[in-house]
Amino acid sequence: MRSLFALMLAGYALGAAAAVLRPGGRGGRGLVAAGAVLGGAAGLALALQVLLTGTPFVLEAPAVLSIADGLLFRIDRLGALFLGLVGFLAVPCGLYGAAYSEGYEGRASLRLLGALLNLFLLTMSLVPCAGNVLTFLFMWEGMSLTSYFLVLTETDEPETVLAGGWYLAMTHAGLALALAAFLLMATSSASTTFGDLRAAAPALSPSARNAVFLLALLGFGSKAGIMPLHVWLPRAHPAAPSHVSALMSGVMIKMGVYGLLRVGLDLLGGGPTWWGALLIGLGALSAVIGVLYALMEHDLKRLLAYHSVENIGIIFIGIGAGLMFQSFGLPALATLGMVAGLYHTINHACFKGLLFLGAGSVAHALGTRNMEEMGGLIKRMPRTALFFLVGACAISALPPLNGFASEWLVFQALLGGSAIPQPEVAVVMPLAVAMLALASGLAAACFVKAFGITFLAIPRSARAEQAHEAPRSMQAGMAMLAMACVALGLLPFAVVPILGSTLAGLGRVTPAAIELTRSLPLQVPGASGQMSPPLLALGLVVLLALLPLGLRLLGAERRGRVGDTWGCGRIGQTPRMEYTATAFAEPLRRVFAELYRPTRDLSIDFHPASKYFVQSIAYRSEIHPWIERLLYNWPLRGIRRAAVWVRRLQAGSLHLYLFYLTVAFLVLLTMARWWR
Amino acid sequence: MVAIIGFALGVSQAALALLLAPGLVGLVRWLKARLQNRRGAPVWQPYWELAKLFRKEVVVSSNASWVFRAAPFIVFASTVAVALLVPILLVPLPFDGVGDLLVVVYLLLLGTFFLSLAGLDPGSAFGGMGASRAMTVAALAEPTVALAIFALALSAGSTNLGQIVARTMSGPAAVSPGHLLAFLALFIVTLAETGRLPIDNPATHLELTMIHEAMVLEYSGRYLALIEWAASLKLLIFFSLLSNLFVPWGVAAGLTAGALTLAVASLLVKLVILAAVVAVLETRIAKLRLFRVPELLSVSFVLALLAVTSSFLLR
Repeated sequence: MRSLFALMLAGYALGAAAAVLRPGGRGGRGLVAAGAVLGGAAGLALALQVLLTGTPFVLEAPAVLSIADGLLFRIDRLGALFLGLVGFLAVPCGLYGAAYSEGYEGRASLRLLGALLNLFLLTMSLVPCAGNVLTFLFMWEGMSLTSYFLVLTETDEPETVLAGGWYLAMTHAGLALALAAFLLMATSSASTTFGDLRAAAPALSPSARNAVFLLALLGFGSKAGIMPLHVWLPRAHPAAPSHVSALMSGVMIKMGVYGLLRVGLDLLGGGPTWWGALLIGLGALSAVIGVLYALMEHDLKRLLAYHSVENIGIIFIGIGAGLMFQSFGLPALATLGMVAGLYHTINHACFKGLLFLGAGSVAHALGTRNMEEMGGLIKRMPRTALFFLVGACAISALPPLNGFASEWLVFQALLGGSAIPQPEVAVVMPLAVAMLALASGLAAACFVKAFGITFLAIPRSARAEQAHEAPRSMQAGMAMLAMACVALGLLPFAVVPILGSTLAGLGRVTPAAIELTRSLPLQVPGASGQMSPPLLALGLVVLLALLPLGLRLLGAERRGRVGDTWGCGRIGQTPRMEYTATAFAEPLRRVFAELYRPTRDLSIDFHPASKYFVQSIAYRSEIHPWIERLLYNWPLRGIRRAAVWVRRLQAGSLHLYLFYLTVAFLVLLTMARWWR
Repeated sequence: MVAIIGFALGVSQAALALLLAPGLVGLVRWLKARLQNRRGAPVWQPYWELAKLFRKEVVVSSNASWVFRAAPFIVFASTVAVALLVPILLVPLPFDGVGDLLVVVYLLLLGTFFLSLAGLDPGSAFGGMGASRAMTVAALAEPTVALAIFALALSAGSTNLGQIVARTMSGPAAVSPGHLLAFLALFIVTLAETGRLPIDNPATHLELTMIHEAMVLEYSGRYLALIEWAASLKLLIFFSLLSNLFVPWGVAAGLTAGALTLAVASLLVKLVILAAVVAVLETRIAKLRLFRVPELLSVSFVLALLAVTSSFLLR
């Protein structure tokens, strides 16, 4: 294990060093990718070893920063799951990046891009490995800063800089809250290692425990992108290079889930019922509102970013259900809810990574992310289209792919709520079921739009007409993730027990209850539903194979010819006659008009002679998320006012600054003396 | 041996459904015609239509891709797969472990998903319009379906179709107000999902009103036959879900000849009753404007929510 850990560090270090020493060029980009792939594969191997053997890996370096207990790495099964997730996505994203970053030659610093990518992967891998607060926060901050600079890769666009600003502000506000949560826990603990925090947690007063949970929820929730802390996500994710977007959406936001599980479930050991109910409520809200905003997006990558908000919501519903069952002392159902949340975490990493890579290939080929300029790409980029379609089906929870398997488990967990004879549960669970169902139905509608408008029909612009297929290494990255989507969908009976075992010893979940079924049909304890994805897939394949045979037996006509699309007698069809993405989403925009509150701007120029002759019509309609304005405008105003006030300190005089320095230093020294 | 018999029974049950399905559509059409003082085409007319379509050649738009050609097969296969999973004649179901009610719902969504993609593929505005509306209706119907499943699962203790039927059959105590509300909710959803009035008009070819017909406008020949057949099978599946999940009496519990005959007879009676109800409804009410459809679906949603809460509280 030690050697694998070293190999992981070495891989990422190699990639970063290669980028600094030899940026750009085919070889340079290849070396950067090789580092990421090597580091990722080693991390995945290490994680699998921990997951399968169950022996935690421990590495101590107490001499480093000894004042805060030094660096400590301790990988248990929960940490290994998330470490494995990073490694699992690092390999395809690294491969993909090798060709994708060619587009940045001369436009952005490849030295920075390559080095930051590897450092980002390195620090992100080490977040779930951390065994004490210092290590955790150190790696967390490393992950946040490197990803911030990665978002800024395309600095030539003003929107990117603004997106980076939002991200930086939100992630640091989150860091401050998470730090507060840890400090609150550390007040009664011997040291800041997680083991000591866990031992000291039962001694905390209930209100302190609640405060720690809420701080952790806000702090880690802002990283996870849960509503209403999601504002940075649809801004920052599209701005980053696509393989970085895939990593950010696929794994980085999952670190928020990890943090919440680590603090809420592991360190605090679970809590009162309302913790779970709060998570379910926030999750349901995120799921529905996330997908509703996604439906209105025509920027392909921003659409995907809003879907990350939706899927984080689904994950929170699962975990919230788990916490809720735990508070009622139902270990089997608690395990089911948690496993459903964790399974969706992995699945979302696969299909969202895949979709971002696919969107990246499209953006790479067309030079735009606007769906209204796409169309017909299935003929020009057949492989990318196929991979994107797999991802679209998976995220729409269509059987037998992986999104369905985990959403089925979340549904089953919620249905298991019938085991609790409490009136409040009788309200929460059905509403959560309904919101989850609505979100998945809308997600299917959204991905019909995303795939249909982007890849099908006639090209809507010259750029789409001249599109080209993505290079081999990019295809390879997508193919790996597409296969993972299929495999994870077909093999839940193999994955679920492993996920169950990661919960062993966490909170009050007893290991005995973790024995989820290992048989082919997935059967869940507590909520008795049953299904078997492999048999289902087999059935569909057999039926699809039998159909042409049956048609032949029926004596069906086999000839066919190619003609024009029917145009009501008009000859010649132009792309302007096609349905657009806006038009596709129009019915839903009307249905949910209260939520969207679109602004409309219609101006018609009439002919001077008669108002029955229209010369031109200009129509503009925009949707600004008013919830964001409502929640963020007043703190932003306050910050701006405070900034004006603080600006007075900046007089530009060196003497004044020296004075500040001295005063600050003296105050700190006195405070430190006092504290002792 | 038992496994083989079970397999054969499951397959033959689905085959029977497949054979009956066009007749069911014909029956609804005939009843409607009679109610409207028309003579109407015979009940077996849809069979002739299918036979004719199978003999015709296919015309595919030059803009279309493989998605357009694959969609009819995917739609048909997923609908037949559903027919293998739902209780039509007998319980316990041979394929009960393969999929539960949630699988049924998402398999049907798989078909709608690909049909909508195929609607967009030829690049005509009709197809796009149909696809957009079909997905809107499907998405808005989803919460109701999920809640109706929840209500059924609450009283049966399982989402598995066979167990739900067995539980309801075991006694009249299993029928509750929750059941009734869930039935009403699911009935409205049935109208929406199978493209009947007042949500969609299966007899229209006016571009402003159609949903399903607009989506499949570009299809012809065997592709259209497959889609139409699958659509009629979907109607039959929803009808047998409505009848067998809520009123399961008559469903065969054993493999005796008498029980099976009774099962076939009771199935036919239930289908005729439901077809009559739909025909009367379609004669009595006009189609809703598209933007009034969500209101109807929210009515069904509220019914389903009440069904769940009452099942919760009356346990």
